Amino acid sequence: MAPAKKRNVSSAKTTEKSAKTAKIDLSSKVESVLESRKCANDVFDMLEFLQSEKEKDVIDAVNACGKLFCTLLERKELLRGKLPGEEEALKGGYNAEDKYRIFMRHRYNSCVEILLEHLDHEVYNIKESALCCLMKFAAGEGQHPLEDLDWSEHYSFPRELIQAVVSRLLSKTSDNSLLISRLQEFLEMEDVRYYVMSSICENVGKVMDKNKGAVVPIYQNNVFMLMSNISMPSQESELTNFMVKQEAKHEDWKAAKLNEHKRVFERMWLGFLKYKLPSSMYKKVLVILHDSILPHMSKPALMIDFLTAVYEVGGAISLLALNGLFVLIHQHNLNYPDFYKKLYNLLEPSIFHVKYRARFFHLANLFLSSSHLPVYLVAAFVKRLARLALTAPPAGLLLLLPFISNLIRRHPSCRILVHKPTTEDETLEDPYLMDEEDPAHCRALESSLWEVKTLQKHYHPDVAKTATLINTPLSEQEDDISEVLELTTFELMERDLKPTQNKSIPLEFETASQLLKGGGDMLGQHFCLN
Amino acid sequence: MGKAPKKRSLADKVRKTKTSTEIKNNPFEVKINRKKFDILGRKSKHDVGLPGVSRSKADNKRKETLLKEYKHKNKANKFIDRRFGEYDTKMAPEDKILKRFAMERQRAHDKKDVYNLNEEEELTHYGQSLAEIEKFNDIVNSDDESDEKGLLSAELTASHFGGGGGGLLRKKTSGERQEEDGNQRAKSRQELIEELIQKSKQEKRERQVQREEAQELTEKLDQEWKGIQALMVKKSPKVEHSDKQEEKPKLDEYDIMVRELGFEMKAQPSERMKTLEELAKEEREKLQKLEADRLRRMMGDEVGDNAQSQIHISADDLNDGFILDKEDKKTLSYQDGKWNIEEESEDVDEEEESGEDDESEAEEQDEDDGEEEDEVEGEGGQEEDEEEEEGEEEDEEEEDGHSDLESEQESEDGESKQENEDTSVKSKKSLSKEEVKAQQEAAKAELPYTFTAPETYSDLKALLCGHNPDNQRLIVARTQKCNHPSLAVGNKLKLQKLFGFLLEYIGELANRTPPELITIDKLIPELYALCQMFPEAACKAMQTILGDAGHSMEEVLEVKGRAAFPTLDMLIYLKVTALLFPTSDFRHPVTTPALLYMSQGLTKCPVRSLQDVTSGLVLCCLALEYVSFSKRFLPELINFLTGTLHLAVKDKTSLGSYTVVPPFRPSGKNTDLLVVSDSDSCKNWSKKELPLSATQNLPALDALHLWDMFHRLMCLFTCLDLVKRCCLLYKDLISFQHIFQPIRTLLSKHLSAQSLPEPLQELHGEILEAIGVATVTHSRLVFEKKKPIPLKLLTPKIVEVLDYGKKRGSNREEREQERLKHKYKKEFKGALREIRKDSRFLAREKLNEVMNRDAERKRKVKELFGSLATQEGEWKALKRKKRK
Repeated sequence: MAPAKKRNVSSAKTTEKSAKTAKIDLSSKVESVLESRKCANDVFDMLEFLQSEKEKDVIDAVNACGKLFCTLLERKELLRGKLPGEEEALKGGYNAEDKYRIFMRHRYNSCVEILLEHLDHEVYNIKESALCCLMKFAAGEGQHPLEDLDWSEHYSFPRELIQAVVSRLLSKTSDNSLLISRLQEFLEMEDVRYYVMSSICENVGKVMDKNKGAVVPIYQNNVFMLMSNISMPSQESELTNFMVKQEAKHEDWKAAKLNEHKRVFERMWLGFLKYKLPSSMYKKVLVILHDSILPHMSKPALMIDFLTAVYEVGGAISLLALNGLFVLIHQHNLNYPDFYKKLYNLLEPSIFHVKYRARFFHLANLFLSSSHLPVYLVAAFVKRLARLALTAPPAGLLLLLPFISNLIRRHPSCRILVHKPTTEDETLEDPYLMDEEDPAHCRALESSLWEVKTLQKHYHPDVAKTATLINTPLSEQEDDISEVLELTTFELMERDLKPTQNKSIPLEFETASQLLKGGGDMLGQHFCLN
Repeated sequence: MGKAPKKRSLADKVRKTKTSTEIKNNPFEVKINRKKFDILGRKSKHDVGLPGVSRSKADNKRKETLLKEYKHKNKANKFIDRRFGEYDTKMAPEDKILKRFAMERQRAHDKKDVYNLNEEEELTHYGQSLAEIEKFNDIVNSDDESDEKGLLSAELTASHFGGGGGGLLRKKTSGERQEEDGNQRAKSRQELIEELIQKSKQEKRERQVQREEAQELTEKLDQEWKGIQALMVKKSPKVEHSDKQEEKPKLDEYDIMVRELGFEMKAQPSERMKTLEELAKEEREKLQKLEADRLRRMMGDEVGDNAQSQIHISADDLNDGFILDKEDKKTLSYQDGKWNIEEESEDVDEEEESGEDDESEAEEQDEDDGEEEDEVEGEGGQEEDEEEEEGEEEDEEEEDGHSDLESEQESEDGESKQENEDTSVKSKKSLSKEEVKAQQEAAKAELPYTFTAPETYSDLKALLCGHNPDNQRLIVARTQKCNHPSLAVGNKLKLQKLFGFLLEYIGELANRTPPELITIDKLIPELYALCQMFPEAACKAMQTILGDAGHSMEEVLEVKGRAAFPTLDMLIYLKVTALLFPTSDFRHPVTTPALLYMSQGLTKCPVRSLQDVTSGLVLCCLALEYVSFSKRFLPELINFLTGTLHLAVKDKTSLGSYTVVPPFRPSGKNTDLLVVSDSDSCKNWSKKELPLSATQNLPALDALHLWDMFHRLMCLFTCLDLVKRCCLLYKDLISFQHIFQPIRTLLSKHLSAQSLPEPLQELHGEILEAIGVATVTHSRLVFEKKKPIPLKLLTPKIVEVLDYGKKRGSNREEREQERLKHKYKKEFKGALREIRKDSRFLAREKLNEVMNRDAERKRKVKELFGSLATQEGEWKALKRKKRK
């Protein structure tokens, strides 16, 4: 499919740089370059446009370049193999055809360079189109490799290009999350994902080493965005969508094996988590850890270092680490000493106020569902939770009280906490030690759940009712706490806001005469109208 | 002849009764049915049977029925009752009789009276001819049953039953009789009777005439009486009495007595004026009842009915609390005239503006007076009238049993008015021209008395716009009165809407800068009154506000994880909720969500400025007010107070012995909001209430360091005071120590009292004391004592069976089927038995018959043989004789 050389297009010679006609100009130039090699120098004009100031011009130029070089790649009019220098090409004994190819290859390379630079452009549209164009090139290069395949085991894939794109995306200075999410559609393709992962791995190692392990928030955020966008296939058979299809021995290609994918994935995450992260990053990682990272790792147990380290941090982060730990303990036979002790120490008044309350209690429920736990431990948990109940909001209490009742049900020997008949009429101070960190020494079993008794005077009717359940022997059936895990105060409000049927509404009978009067005059004593 | 059967029957009776008791007592007649078990309380009819009696009874019955049938067997002859409808069971007996009677009459008519033209058939009543009865139609009235009648009848009896009669009568009329006797002897008996009849007839006729006359006279008298009755009424009744007495001196004493008794006005039990004591007692009882009700609701006993809303309106009120008083009359005059409400308000404005324009003013004023006051002349009267109105209103409302609460307000209002007007009355005396004018002006500026209920919120705003708070209140009150539900159909809805608008208006007032809280304060009583009228609507309106606020906060929370403190309008709404609805109820459709909203506010809103602290403290105050009666535990309150105190701790690093709960943080930005560093301000500080507006924006003074410090100290003071109140409120809670543990450590170790001003130091000490005093030891928890479950016993379970003989444990249809089956079986058996007995009876009868027949035959044969034998014997004897 040789281009028609005879035709002489006069218009191509006059290169108008006016912005108005840029688009028509560009498309016609693309055509002319593709049509005749005489007009090959128009490529320079296009590259010039590519570096223009105007957003529109640049996008047009990007599109035009994409079209041009993709077609050239298809036509194999770019030189394959080792590229000689431009000067050298002019000197050396190449025939015209080769010279043309060398020339075009050089233009292609400079175009790619410009595009990569554009990935750091301020304007998102330019970034996006540059990214798309680069990915198009990558696809084109994959089909028509520019390298020489000198040995048969070599699988052609534009690694360098991908690597360059990734390193550009993982900027240290600007938040590229939007662009990264744009990349997600390309990450659907197995081979792209594979090579992106390995490039990330390399990149992270390089960058973090350079920074000597210090926190680089923007960069790490970018890396996390990119990594969390990677969705791993769960079965080998799902590996079907490839950007580049290898002619020979496709099955042996690393990118086509799930195990390799997992290995790279694991290496990537471990490489990332090896370094110190900003504290918000920990939360983000931990939130997705158990269901989108651990299952795709080839050896999830390797995550234990990270998890234990995180678990020591305390606060909400520790709460989140529980989930990952649970997966490891439960499915990977991990032995974690003092797990319950640490869990016990996680119980602080703030657990009712953090976002991850539901998750925490779900897990705590799981951990404490074992019937092999010693009584002192369960009693300690019960007592501590009861103490916390004194500061909890109603939504938390409606979760906590059934939780406590369930614990007592599961471990009938804990019943002495709510029922310990004594012959003599002795009264005692609460022997429980709230500040004791070791559940074994907190003397919970000697205590009683006076806190729950106190909550029978709670202002919310549902809480008060639930709390009265300890007055009588508990029923055999456990309460289902999954319903109340996500309960919010507003949902509680809505319960009462529902229209009541044929019930007259009780009214205050003391006449209201003034705004600040009534109800003990609390407001009136401390505040005035003016 | 006649005696014999009678005697026999009597004897029979005697014998019969005798036999029946005898039979019962006769052990040979009685069969005692053996019972397997003695069942207490069960009365059995069949424990003693009289087989002989019952058998003979059955036998007799069979003889009457079966035997007869048997005898009539194969016999064609039959007695058929051919009377009409004899065998028609559907016909009612009366119908039968009537029909039969009619038929009989017809038959008689057909046969006999075909040619009988004139003679109508005689009508009878109880067999007596009606014509005959009619002749005695003048049935004697009770009045006429006088001595004459008795005399006459006596005479009659005497004549009819010549020889009979009492001797006394005879003696009386003996002279007459002898004369008559002389005559009678001359006449035949026939004649005598005729004469008698004639005489009696004549007398009768005379009497009739007499009576008619009397009747006419009575009627006439009646009419005349009616004519003068009207005149007589006004006069003293005694005159009447004396007249009557003259007329009928004898009857009177009794008659009058009776009438007096009959018509005497019964002493109606009048409403006694209640003494003050009684009133107070009643009031107290009412309040006690309400209090008891409140307590019940607080305990959470779910008893459906709540008569509280009704309590404020008396039973016979029927929503007619509105009194058509002079206000309305004026209203009418207003509306008849040019003035409409809108115009009126405009006028007022105009007139206020053109205060100086004397002459035009005076003219207008005159017009006004003419229009406004129909009854009242002169300016002076107006004020008094006003007072009167107020007074009347008050009185009538009290009479009406309308909520006395309202009337109280009214009276207060009235009093205040009175005061104002007293001054004006005093000034009136001078009556200088300017003053007159000023009064006129005042009268002009006075509010109109009717308002149409606002249809939209903007209407209400327009209505209230530009008035001072007191007038706004008056406007609302009058609107409420003018649109009382009893006056028109749609008013109820209008007022319900008005409540919603008022709430909205309050919110807007609170959101203005600066917030117009005075106006809100004034509007509270109106809001309360409306709420009492329409609890449902009020509840709904409040719920909507709370729900919306809660929802918006929830949305913000979901996005940001924290929210801003409720704005002033929400704080006001919460307070209003507490004023309108009982906060101590176990569960209440309005106050429970309100509490939850406060909890949301106290737990989710981080404190970032002094305003936030103030808002939070207002919320705390409100929360404490909400639970102050019910003494319910509100953890958020304690948390927030602890957090607020923490804001005042200078050295945040040594934290550890207590924890602060979110939204507070142990350290960081905005955690030193209440730290008081300036010792000068401490000394100068004195307690002064913070304005509620401080929750929104600090006054312009906030730039001043001193004011800032004062604000801090005031917040701290409020906080400490609230902590103290909490301590007192919750001192009975079992976990009191643990609840107040953080506050205790905070106050004792971290927030030293020395650096604080005097009043704060006092509070500080009091709190620590209160916390220290509380009991520390508690008895262990045990389950509530409940009835021990008894051991399983071997004695049979005794269940009270209410439906004897019924099979239990199946559903109704099955039981019914069972029952029917059983009944069928029983009936079947009984029928079988009866049939057997019948056949036995028949067989016996047949056998008897056969035996009788045989015996008869035998007898006859024997007879024949005997006669033959005698014949033979005679013949043989003859033969022998002949031979001889």
